[in-house]
Amino acid sequence: MSVTVASLVYLVSSVFFIMALRGLSHPQTAKRGLNFGIAGMALTIITTMALPGILSLNAIILGILIGGTIGTVIAKKIEMTALPQLVAAFHSLVGLAAVFVAAAAFYSPEAYGIGISGQIHPGSLFEMSLGVAIGAVTFTGSIVAFGKLQGMISGKPVSFTNQHLLNAALGLLLISMILVLCMTESAFIFWIIVLIALALGILMIIPIGGADMPVIVSMLNSYSGWAAAGIGFTLQNNLLIVVGALVGSSGAILSYIMCKGMNRSFLNVILGGFGGEQAATGQAVDDDRQARLGSADDAAFILQNASSVVIVPGYGMAVAQAQHALREMGDILKAEGIKVRYAIHPVAGRMPGHMNVLLAEANVPYEDVLELDEINRDFSQTDVAFVIGANDITNPSAKNDPSSPIYGMPVLDVEKAGTVLFVKRSMGSGYAGIDNPLFFADNTMMLLDDAKAMCEGIIRAME
Amino acid sequence: MTTERFVNNATDFATSAQDLSDQAARLAMEAAHLASTGGDAGMPFFISGLTVFVLACFVGYYVVWRVTPALHSPLMAVTNAISSVIIVGALIAAGPADWDFSKFMGFLAVILASVNIFGGFIVTKRMLDMFSKKKQKKA
Repeated sequence: MSVTVASLVYLVSSVFFIMALRGLSHPQTAKRGLNFGIAGMALTIITTMALPGILSLNAIILGILIGGTIGTVIAKKIEMTALPQLVAAFHSLVGLAAVFVAAAAFYSPEAYGIGISGQIHPGSLFEMSLGVAIGAVTFTGSIVAFGKLQGMISGKPVSFTNQHLLNAALGLLLISMILVLCMTESAFIFWIIVLIALALGILMIIPIGGADMPVIVSMLNSYSGWAAAGIGFTLQNNLLIVVGALVGSSGAILSYIMCKGMNRSFLNVILGGFGGEQAATGQAVDDDRQARLGSADDAAFILQNASSVVIVPGYGMAVAQAQHALREMGDILKAEGIKVRYAIHPVAGRMPGHMNVLLAEANVPYEDVLELDEINRDFSQTDVAFVIGANDITNPSAKNDPSSPIYGMPVLDVEKAGTVLFVKRSMGSGYAGIDNPLFFADNTMMLLDDAKAMCEGIIRAME
Repeated sequence: MTTERFVNNATDFATSAQDLSDQAARLAMEAAHLASTGGDAGMPFFISGLTVFVLACFVGYYVVWRVTPALHSPLMAVTNAISSVIIVGALIAAGPADWDFSKFMGFLAVILASVNIFGGFIVTKRMLDMFSKKKQKKA
């Protein structure tokens, strides 16, 4: 296949990829979108394999077989609750693949038509080093994010003195090394760039706390796109540039939505350390407050006497895998004629849309699941708000305590409901380490147990 | 004698004609390559690439804002899968007949990108199945 024809097919693939994202505007069209995405990818791979420069298919077929098998097995086995870490792990692979492709282009520039070894065009060298640097940052950054989400690394922010200074110095060093590479085309400098970027990826993500992971996962999603675009510039391939730009802007928008959901600037999240030292500021409250504790029987009684219930799920529900038991509880209430709805905060869970997927997994109807601004007004007409595994996203201090670290963050107005049932494992504060005055409110009942065990207890009590 | 010389001339001519046509074919291929990549002649690729890049960013911006928040997780999974389109670069690197460092790098990159492509699409499908499952139940 000639290069011209291939370029035209790549154009078709680009359109397919745009259609794939377009389809996600509604669950009904989403599957068609996915098929467009798969078709675009298949078209791209087959076309590339038919290019005149491809002389041997052994490594390609073997690679696709190995990678495809691994990917298929992982994707089929993964629990939906582990989705955030899976996505983080996948991002790291894109980053590493970008590094490998850039290295291949650096050592065999002839194959890509960007000059000959020792005489690569300076422009291509610049694009290549950008691609490799972003790829390497994505790789290690995603691994750290994966470790934090998986619980292999402490979710607490890790910070040390002069951390930002060190990062800035490394960043400057990286830029100067890129310039040196453009002038010298030294293989040594190329690998130095890779090493600096790898270190930078770790240092950038390590100070960021577990609760900020939705932003970080989206940001790394964005980075993997920019890395692909950088490689696209290097290889002078418009398809890679288009897809890189699509993915990059998609991740950037998600990061923005997540930041807005926490009322924090992107910079504030990136600089990290949140949930560490600030925790102290919100803690200066009297300690003799008494929370009202309840049992599953109490909760069942309150729920069954309500006429409308809003369920507010959070990360704790995911950890306890309580979504199925929760849905079962909701079904029983519905069967008794009680209006049951679910309220999703934008940053509930550990990745954008995490709660929606878990509820969908448990067969909760799409129409019953509402976003923050769709449901917030209804809390005052709701009898029971059932908060399960969520904390900070319901904290009223975000509205009325200017000294609170989360002041200004949009929260769900659960306290306006007649009764607030709070399912939590302990009285401890949430990930942000902030005290929640709601625990001690008169209309709150604390249900201290594992989310799943509590739901099952309530179901038993209701039957 | 003259016939022999004539035959010789004719064969010479034929060979040079063959050479010429080979060269023409090569030129045509190069021209096609230049046309498709922007090339050194005329506009450098960087400019046309940047044009495409900026426009695609805008397309991405408008398309992604229309994605319903409930589908943000599938969105991440699917963008993750399609960002593995860098497999194009990996395939080219893995394409030569002989194994060298670049081919090995390409081979590794093909594996990584394939994990992502298959894994990303399958996980997206699993998620979307969950969302549409209830649709049928309701209907």
